[in-house]
Amino acid sequence: MHPVISTVLQRLGLGLITLFVVSLIIFSSIELLPGDFTQAVLGQSATEETVAAFRKELGLDKPAYVRYFDWVGAVMTGDLGTSFSGRAASGVDRSRSVAELVGPRLWNTLFLAAMTAVIAVPLALFLGISAALYRDTWYDKSVSAATLTTISFPEFFVAYTLVLLLATLWPVFPTLANVTPEMGLWDRIYACSLPALTLTLVIVAHMMRMTRAAIISLLASPYIEMARLKGVSRSRVILKHALPNAWGPISTVIAFNLAYLVVGVVVVEVVFTYPGAGQLMVNSVTSRDIPVVQACALIFAATYILLNLIADIVAIVTNPRLLHPR
Amino acid sequence: MSTDQPQGQKGDILVDMREVRIDGYSDERWHEIVKGVDLTLRRGEVMGLIGESGAGKSTLGLAAMGFARPGCRLTSGSIKFDGMELRTAPESEKRKLWGSRIAYVAQSAAAAFNPAHRLIDQTVEATVAGTGQSDSDIRQDAQELYASLQLPDPNNIGSRYPHQVSGGQLQRIMTAMAMSPRPDLIIFDEPTTALDVTTQVEVLVAMRDIVEQFNTAAIYITHDLAVVAQMADFIKVLRYGEEVEEAETRKMLESPEKDYTKSLWSVRALEKPESKSDDIILSIDGVDAAYGNTIKVLHDVKINVPRGKTVAVVGESGSGKSTTARVITGLLPPSKGDVKFNGEPLPEALKERNKDQLRRIQMIYQMADTAMNPRQTVGEIIGRPLDFYHGLTGKAAEKRVIELMEMIELDESFIDRLPAELSGGQKQRICIARALAAEPEVIICDEVTSALDQIVQEGILKLLLRLQEEFNITYLFITHDIAVVQAISDEIVVMFQGKVVEQGLKSEILSPPHPDYTQLLLSSVPEMDPDWLSNLMEERGEISG
Amino acid sequence: MSDTETYSAAAEVGQVRLRRTRRERAWIELKKAPISAWFGMIIIAIYVFVALFAPLIAPYGEAQVFAVPYAPWDSTHLFGTDQIGRDVFSRLIYGARNTVGIALVTTLLSFFIGGGLGLIAAINRARLDQFISRAVDVLMAIPSLIFALMLLSIFGANLLSLVVIIAVLDSTRVFRLTRAVAINVAVMDYVEAARLRGEKLGWVMRREILPNIMPPLVAEFGLRFCFVFLTIAALSFLGLGIQPPTADWGSMVKENASLIQFAQYDLKAGLTPLLPAAAIALLTVAVNFVVDWFLHKTSGLRDEH
Repeated sequence: MHPVISTVLQRLGLGLITLFVVSLIIFSSIELLPGDFTQAVLGQSATEETVAAFRKELGLDKPAYVRYFDWVGAVMTGDLGTSFSGRAASGVDRSRSVAELVGPRLWNTLFLAAMTAVIAVPLALFLGISAALYRDTWYDKSVSAATLTTISFPEFFVAYTLVLLLATLWPVFPTLANVTPEMGLWDRIYACSLPALTLTLVIVAHMMRMTRAAIISLLASPYIEMARLKGVSRSRVILKHALPNAWGPISTVIAFNLAYLVVGVVVVEVVFTYPGAGQLMVNSVTSRDIPVVQACALIFAATYILLNLIADIVAIVTNPRLLHPR
Repeated sequence: MSTDQPQGQKGDILVDMREVRIDGYSDERWHEIVKGVDLTLRRGEVMGLIGESGAGKSTLGLAAMGFARPGCRLTSGSIKFDGMELRTAPESEKRKLWGSRIAYVAQSAAAAFNPAHRLIDQTVEATVAGTGQSDSDIRQDAQELYASLQLPDPNNIGSRYPHQVSGGQLQRIMTAMAMSPRPDLIIFDEPTTALDVTTQVEVLVAMRDIVEQFNTAAIYITHDLAVVAQMADFIKVLRYGEEVEEAETRKMLESPEKDYTKSLWSVRALEKPESKSDDIILSIDGVDAAYGNTIKVLHDVKINVPRGKTVAVVGESGSGKSTTARVITGLLPPSKGDVKFNGEPLPEALKERNKDQLRRIQMIYQMADTAMNPRQTVGEIIGRPLDFYHGLTGKAAEKRVIELMEMIELDESFIDRLPAELSGGQKQRICIARALAAEPEVIICDEVTSALDQIVQEGILKLLLRLQEEFNITYLFITHDIAVVQAISDEIVVMFQGKVVEQGLKSEILSPPHPDYTQLLLSSVPEMDPDWLSNLMEERGEISG
Repeated sequence: MSDTETYSAAAEVGQVRLRRTRRERAWIELKKAPISAWFGMIIIAIYVFVALFAPLIAPYGEAQVFAVPYAPWDSTHLFGTDQIGRDVFSRLIYGARNTVGIALVTTLLSFFIGGGLGLIAAINRARLDQFISRAVDVLMAIPSLIFALMLLSIFGANLLSLVVIIAVLDSTRVFRLTRAVAINVAVMDYVEAARLRGEKLGWVMRREILPNIMPPLVAEFGLRFCFVFLTIAALSFLGLGIQPPTADWGSMVKENASLIQFAQYDLKAGLTPLLPAAAIALLTVAVNFVVDWFLHKTSGLRDEH
């Protein structure tokens, strides 16, 4: 088999194994709950029958591995279980399915992340590459100093500063990012502008610094010096000699930062009360609504693993040593 | 490059450097690394630029192109190429010369080729961009260059990628790349230093012939006088960024004016009178060894080491000589056979050996830099084995440390220094003292002189010989350098691809008849004779023809 | 340059420097530090001072409640009062002690776990290393804030689980770094020399490896501290970290967030929620500046190489 294919397959396999172990960990979280949690969910006055029925619904009467495979099987078909909230001691069940809860919010989160990525990725690559090319100039130094400062800021500091400036003192953008399914695209973008701007500021700083470092180490390689000493023009050195070797490092940088976005989005959603999966997860943690927490954690983790997997695969298929084996 | 070629035949001066000064940036300030050197090169001439590490020879060579590496700057002086001032010229002007009229051949071809492009594309890149010739003509010409550089399958080798061909081939392809635009000048920057001697010969011949064929001027930078003697019409010796002397090659070798120049081949002047002994202290008996369970690197290795003598183990990279040392020290237990010390088999693994067994065999490494903990002082480094093996501490230990330092010709003022505050030769001496502190019977020396400059090598070798006489120490001396073998050994073991080719007294091994591999190895070692390469090629031609 | 020098080992010129004590060397380095590093060190010193002497500096108690909630900035309450009438300035000062202190303890715990395992794995490269490394790979495949949220939902949001969960999650990164730098040192010839001498594992670790991996670990400590500090602040902001009435900067931001709406009428009130956020930002900036300088100093790696 061609080494590229076998390496990619290997990497895919590793990704699957990781996902499997992660799902195991997430699943077993419910096992770690104290025994009386059913009581807590249903309320103190719950009758023994309701508790028993609830336990049966959760499958707590079955062995753990059976439940795991039931859970995985259900997740595969899109059934993420039923929320704990809305349960009552009386046994009346007004709970909603997790998929129903998570679905629209996940879409909102993805919209915000995509909007941020569309702004942040090109901007960061441009800043990073230009800073590396014009290294040690005032431009590089000021961009580097500015980004070193912004990576130190907590997301909520950036968020509230923007709110103060752009929503309260000069009300250009809305403070709260209320989005509804009926909204048109432009309204939606307008509503999301502050959260997207916050996330952009935070990840551009990271991504720019990493891009700069990657390009600088690339430009220090002997074959770049050789190309210069062959009299190759500056633009050709970059496009023909540096770029083909840069896809791997750059895709790693992008994936790392998009993955970082997954985490950053939680805080930003809470600041702007944006109806996304992150805010849902925080609320569910507060109310200890385990099925929802599990579903959110699984989705976030899977996204994270997938992004890193894509970066690795890009690095593999652009590696000339693997593309052209001996 | 026959030296009888009349110099300056083509008349005009090509490179004219006057009072060139170059600064390098380190430790947060600028240091002068080239201190006002003049250099004149005429068309069709080859100049050898020789010096030891830190002499500024590469920096000066690159400056001839008007190029300074990042962290260096051309501070003053004048660099004229064919009448054009390069020191102050903008890079856009210099770029028109680079790759068309001046070409560069780098030390490490493996790193200097872009992994993402085919070799032929890289070979012709500068020529295609710089001349009006048609692309296919240039490619055709590159294939002819490959052929004249003796590359296998010259019409197709160019379609490979850099990691798909060997180091020696890459170096020749880089020479073809430099030659493709038919430049006036080629800078060769230590082009064979990373290669094994047998490969080096092929590359040297190829480079010499092609430079001669096109009558190209060249600057050949190296630290190896014997190599440069084959290539250059005249030689300039540099030291600490200054010129020592410059002379025509033959004259330089026969009657150098300066003592420093002579010291460049000082090791070659050393020769230990060999002596024989049948009192075997260490024997390696039919050892097989493998890394992991699959890659077998030693095959039935048998070596006998007589007491108080030096056995030199020679071979090229991958011959298994360092692995043999790892088997003896117990770092790599053999899969078959055993190691006997004073007739008793040693436990195979390091862990099973007792303190006394460990004490008797000590080791000295190639890179003294990495062999000493940078956070410990000289006193701590030498003192540890005293405490560990002999229980010496406090005043007694300090007294012994000072004694040991006297043995290695360093005074006690060095006792509080950190390794970073020592020079290369001093570091290696401290490593020797650390080995001596254990009071060993056998010391394994793994390429201990190959990272050092010649004059320092000589000092270390003399020290080792003196210590052997005084304490009757046995050395197992691993090296690839035949001059060092001459200087220190009684017996020689030749290794090739994990097998022992032969073992015997120095005089027996070094004089014919040889087994094929020994013959190849020994004949490939460059000699201080400008005709050596030509004679060797003639001989080899006769044999194969 | 003389051409007739005779060779002697002692005279062979190295970069012969004067020997200096460690303290002298450190002072010389400090004097050369750039302004940004000095700025960082001064800020850190101020934070440490405030944290240590919080009860002496703060005008009021940590949880002392006054009659007027959301009082404006004036001479009695420098930065006004919060939603239940506690003095914001005093809480900011106590916050230095709580927020920074908890982050510091967590980072120390994380280094204890990650650093220890990293060292062991680096030396004992057999199954143990394999096992820990694979486990760490998996743990690192989940974003740590998400993982922390999940674990907090199970164990409940209390201080102990917060510290332990963050420390364990963060120790994966410490493990990776320690293992990597320790492996780089462990392949050095001087470590092999010590093993060939017959030294015990503990000695090799303590005397040969540890002193040589300290610089990157110290720098990493700074970076990890920032990360832990920001994570705990984020969790507290989300209401899942340090719990009231303990004064903590993250939760203070959340508690006073609504004041930002009044910035048009009273800019000072609008700034109140930004004060604790700025306190967090300033400290992380300071630590980053110092680490940046330290890394530059010790790695010996400069941009051009």
